[in-house]
Parts: sequence; C-alpha cells; structure tokens
Amino acid sequence: MATTTLTKAPRGYDPAAAKPFLEQFDRVKDGLPGAGLSWLTDLRGQGHDRFAALGLPTVKNESWRYTNLRALDKLSFQPATDAGEAVRFDLLPTVRADGATGPRLVFVDGRFRAELSSTAGLPAGVELLNLADALTRKPDLVAEHLGRIAAPDDQPLVALNTAFLADGPVLHVPRGVTVDETIELVFVSVGTEAQPTAFHPRGLIVAEAESRAVIVEHHVGLGSCTTLSNGVTEVFVGAGASVHHYKVQREHTDSFHLSHTAAKVAGKGIYDNFILTIGAKLSRNEVTSVLDGEEGDTHVSGAYMVRGGQHVDTTTFIDHAKPCCTSREVYKGVIDDQARAVFQGKIIVRPNAQKTDGYQQNRALLLSDTAEIDAKPELEIYADDVKCSHGATVGELDDDQLFYLRARGIDKDTARGLLIGAFLSEALEEIAEESVRDAFQSYVANWQNAR
Amino acid sequence: MIEIKNLHASVDGKEILKGIDLTINPGEVHAIMGPNGSGKSTLSYVLAGRDGYEITEGSVSFLGKDLLEMEPEERAAAGLFLAFQYPVEIPGVANTTFLKSALNAIRKKRGEPELDAMQFLKLVREKTKALSMTDEMLKRAVNVGFSGGEKKRNETLQMAVLQPKFAILDETDSGLDIDALKIVAEGVNALRSPERSMLVITHYQRLLDYIVPDHVHVLAFGKIQRSGGKELALELEKNGYAEFGVNEAA
Repeated sequence: MATTTLTKAPRGYDPAAAKPFLEQFDRVKDGLPGAGLSWLTDLRGQGHDRFAALGLPTVKNESWRYTNLRALDKLSFQPATDAGEAVRFDLLPTVRADGATGPRLVFVDGRFRAELSSTAGLPAGVELLNLADALTRKPDLVAEHLGRIAAPDDQPLVALNTAFLADGPVLHVPRGVTVDETIELVFVSVGTEAQPTAFHPRGLIVAEAESRAVIVEHHVGLGSCTTLSNGVTEVFVGAGASVHHYKVQREHTDSFHLSHTAAKVAGKGIYDNFILTIGAKLSRNEVTSVLDGEEGDTHVSGAYMVRGGQHVDTTTFIDHAKPCCTSREVYKGVIDDQARAVFQGKIIVRPNAQKTDGYQQNRALLLSDTAEIDAKPELEIYADDVKCSHGATVGELDDDQLFYLRARGIDKDTARGLLIGAFLSEALEEIAEESVRDAFQSYVANWQNAR
Repeated sequence: MIEIKNLHASVDGKEILKGIDLTINPGEVHAIMGPNGSGKSTLSYVLAGRDGYEITEGSVSFLGKDLLEMEPEERAAAGLFLAFQYPVEIPGVANTTFLKSALNAIRKKRGEPELDAMQFLKLVREKTKALSMTDEMLKRAVNVGFSGGEKKRNETLQMAVLQPKFAILDETDSGLDIDALKIVAEGVNALRSPERSMLVITHYQRLLDYIVPDHVHVLAFGKIQRSGGKELALELEKNGYAEFGVNEAA
C-alpha cells in the first residue's frame, strides 16, 4: 500500500490514522459482496485510495474544528465478526403503535438479518432489500446510483465507507407509487468484548418521480461494547416525489456514530429529514440536501439531548442549486453536564437560484455551567432575489417559567422536565408524520425520566 | 390562616418590605392597596416563595407552619395560591397538561389519589364553563397568545381547579376591561367560603366594588400605614395616597 506516501495530505487530515483501517481492508476485501463487479471494485478502490491519502480529519480541518476524532485512533477498530448473528432479540424498536411488523430491514453490526426483516405491506414494484443482495438482484439500479451523490472527494469518512461498503438498506420506489406503510430500517450495534468493532452501512434510497415514502431509521445498541458505525446513505428524490426520512439514534454511550446522508432533489420534489439524537459517546450527523430542480423543497431538522461526556455534532449543507426552492432547518438541543454540542449549518444559494426561500434556526438549552455548544451558521448567497433568514439562540431554563410551575405545586425536577420537554417538542413538531412524532416524543420522555 | 409578623425583605440589598404585620383569619378577604413601588408585589412574591428576595427579619406562619422555610411547591400543596399579576407564558406546555400536573402534584402531596384523564377533564370542563372559557383555550400552550383578560381568567381557572385555602390576587384587575373584570370577580367570589381566605392586592378601588373585602390595608413605603373596613378603599379612591406622603402625580 504505497498510496499513503504518494499523495501529500492536505492540511487538516491525518493520513497515519488511516493505517489500521487499511490493514483490515486488505484482509476483508476478497470477502466483500459483489467482488466480481468491476465498477464496484473501482468504486471501492476510489474510496480506499482517497481514504489512504486523507486519513481521518483533524481539528485543523475547518469542518472538524469542534469535533475531535482522535479517540478513534487509539481504539484500533476491527471489522464486525459473525458474533452479531447469534444475537436474538425479544423486541426491536418500531414507531408502530400496535407493535406489528411492517416493512423493515434489520442490520446487526452492519450485517443484514433476513429472518428479522420483512417486505410485508409494500405495493407491487417497490423493492426493499439489502445492498449485498441488490448487487446480484438489482445490479443496474445500484450501479446507476451508488456513489453518485456521496463522493469521497474531501470526505474521508465517506471514502472509508466506500472502501468497505458491503451491506445496508436499498429502497426503490417506482414512478407514481405511494408507499403507505412506514418503512423501518433497524440498525443494532452489538460489537464484541474482545475488541472495538467498526462497520460501514451503506444505504440507497431511490424514489422515482411522483412517488412517496416514509422511512424511519432506528439506531440502537445492545450491551456496552465499543462500536463505530460509519454510515453513508444516498437519497434520490425524483420530480414531484416526496421522501420523509426520519432517524433516531439511541446507541449506548460507549459507541461512536458517524453518519453522512446525501440527498438530491429533482424539481417539485420534497426531501424531509429529521434526526433525533439521544445516544452515543460521540456522534456526528452530516446531512446534505441539493435542491437540483425548480420548486423543490427540503426540510433538514432535528433534536438532540446529551449529557455526561457525550458529544453530538450536526453538520448540514443545503444547496440551492436551482430557482424557486424552499428549505427549512430547525434544530433544537438540550445539553447537560459536561456534554458538548456542535451545530454547523451551511446554506448556499447559487447565482441562478432566484426566488429561494431559506430558513434556518438553531436553538440550544444549556442545563449546566459546564455544558457547551459551538454553533456556526454559514450563509453564502450569490443570487439577489432571495429570502433567507437564520437565527441561533443559546439559553438556560427560564426562571419565571420555573417559578410559575412550582407556585402551582409542581416540584422543581418535574417543572424542569416539563420545560425541557416543551423546548424539544417544538422541534418534534417539524415531523409531519404523526405516528413517528408520537414515537419520537416518547423517546424524549424516556430520556427525561432517566435523568 | 396566615400570620405575618414584622416581615422585612430586601432585593439586591435594598429593603422593600420594612416590617409588615398582618393576620388573616379563615373566611376573611383582606385588601392591600398601595401606590406603585410600595412593596405590594414583593409581598406576594415573598409569600409565594420566589427566589431573589432576602428575608432579613420577621416570620410568616401559615396554618401553623413556618411558611418561609417551605419551597414554592410545598406552599402550593399546603394551600397557598398566588394569582400572578403577569401570568407567565410557557410555549410547548398545553394548558391542560399544566393544570393536570399541578392538580395531581398537589393531590399527591396531600395523600389524595391522582385524577385520571377522564376525571380531570370532567372537573376542568365544569370550571371553564363558569369562567366563559373555551376548550380551545385549554388546548393552547399556557398563556401563549392569550389576551390580558384571558390570562386573568386562566389564573382564576387554576384557582378554581386547585381549590387553595388561601389565595393572593396580585393586581388581578390590571389590564382588564370592565366585562372581563366582572367575569374574573364572579369566579373569585364563587370561591369565597368560610374556610378560604383571600388577600386582594390592588392599586385601584375599582376591583373592590366586585370583590368586596372585609378589611382594607394601605401599604406604602414597605409598611402598612393604616387599616380599616371596606370604606377605607372608597376614601382612598377619593383622596388618593397623598395623605401617606405619596405624590403619584410626580
């Protein structure tokens, strides 16, 4: 592997950090699915070479100033073993009130678990399957889309994911088809006692013109082994299609959760993303939405609750590439103890993207003197007929509100809980699907009860 | 019911209450009248237990207990209620959720069973009707988007639901037109009983036409300057507070 020495890494990257990951790559590469597909081998090769050249980002990298990945260096993560396959589950998370199993795919340590998955309730023509199978059953669909939006270029973690890409969810909704049932994607991190475990789920969502789907990702942990989930999901939203993509991350606090979601929205399409972050020691959600056709609409919102030594990073990029599109971004978070949150929200309005309507709001509630938020909104506007606003607030619980509640007999802790819940519920209002909103609300309530 | 003795309180080192003595017996309605800055609101906040007030001297006994030692929520559970001059807006908390949490918290502390959703709804519907409030106001976030009159009606509703033993009405008339004032006063009067006491704090006599007090006290410069019957209020209305050295025209 001479690549690391051939290319000089740009400032803000640590190529040496790539080494332990690349050593594993040589061991696992022959076993990766679709090894016979030359385009895939090329794609993995691009990811590999790019990651080898860059390594992990450092805090000298502008995009990683507030999130330090040095902890990953020390852990020398190993690829997931078969151990996860033996794990049985009494209960998997769902947003379904009745607890019934609808269409869902389940992945344990990044590996597909067919016996826990189901395509029940999907309309004819809709494909919901895992990537490893899709490479044999739907190679053209995958070849046409995979790696087209999430490019490894200056994204070392996307490059790492691309090098190792093996499995993950694939959804294809044909033109004009509405999927009524909520599709659930369940990712369980288990790991092993023996060593920290890394996996790189790769998702692909293709919603053809005038189609509609609601997708909920659950990321949960079982046990307390150290894991690294480094996921990438690409979402293609066709003309007039709408994709509602919700995610809740409740992994345990010894896990690392890195995620990159990249959407491309055609004319009159809607991409609606909401992420609720509760778990992980360190998490970063990157969401990129490119409004690539006129009158497209994207919502990129979320809520987070962190405490102890948790670190949560939200890095979003909304690209108004075409005229007459709207974007809305509402992030709210509660930070307690020594926890730290990062919000980086970039909106770019390209020169021809007239009549853009953009809105960004980021609000944080600090519950302790040692809690911290670093916020960096960035608006780059190159068109002149544009409506764009952004706001950021950082505050504490309101003393007047607390006193009012206590004066009515509500004890201090309950009163604080009510106010925290109220703060977050405003963000959850951004979730259009009622069943999802209700479920997410209950996760918020559980977090509070555990305080 | 409540016995206030030589109560002194300061805010940021500045003494606001300079020796209040006041005893209210069960069933009595007392009015405290006074000009701006006389210490009226400070007295109500000190009694309700708000942070930021330093009690430098004196005592308050409420139903035989040391009120000043209690947390605000303990005071509420013991039966004290403050109707706020400026009810606080709480976005994101529905009025019903708030009322139910408050009622059940108090019932729990009193050792009474908590009400379930149905029982609570029945109770609160009955009370809202009497105050010409709509179901829609219950669903809205606490005081958010309420008019001045709606906020005061909402305070009265809380009082009706929580059934306190002793209620302090802090400038309940402020910001109310005459119709709203009548509705609120009716709501308050409906709660008068031989077991329940009230302290009505106001600048103007007008409110006392509708909530007729048994005793009236004049508060100025942090002390009760004079006490009397309800006729004292009329006298103040006529002569103002000049007699007590207060020049309100200034």
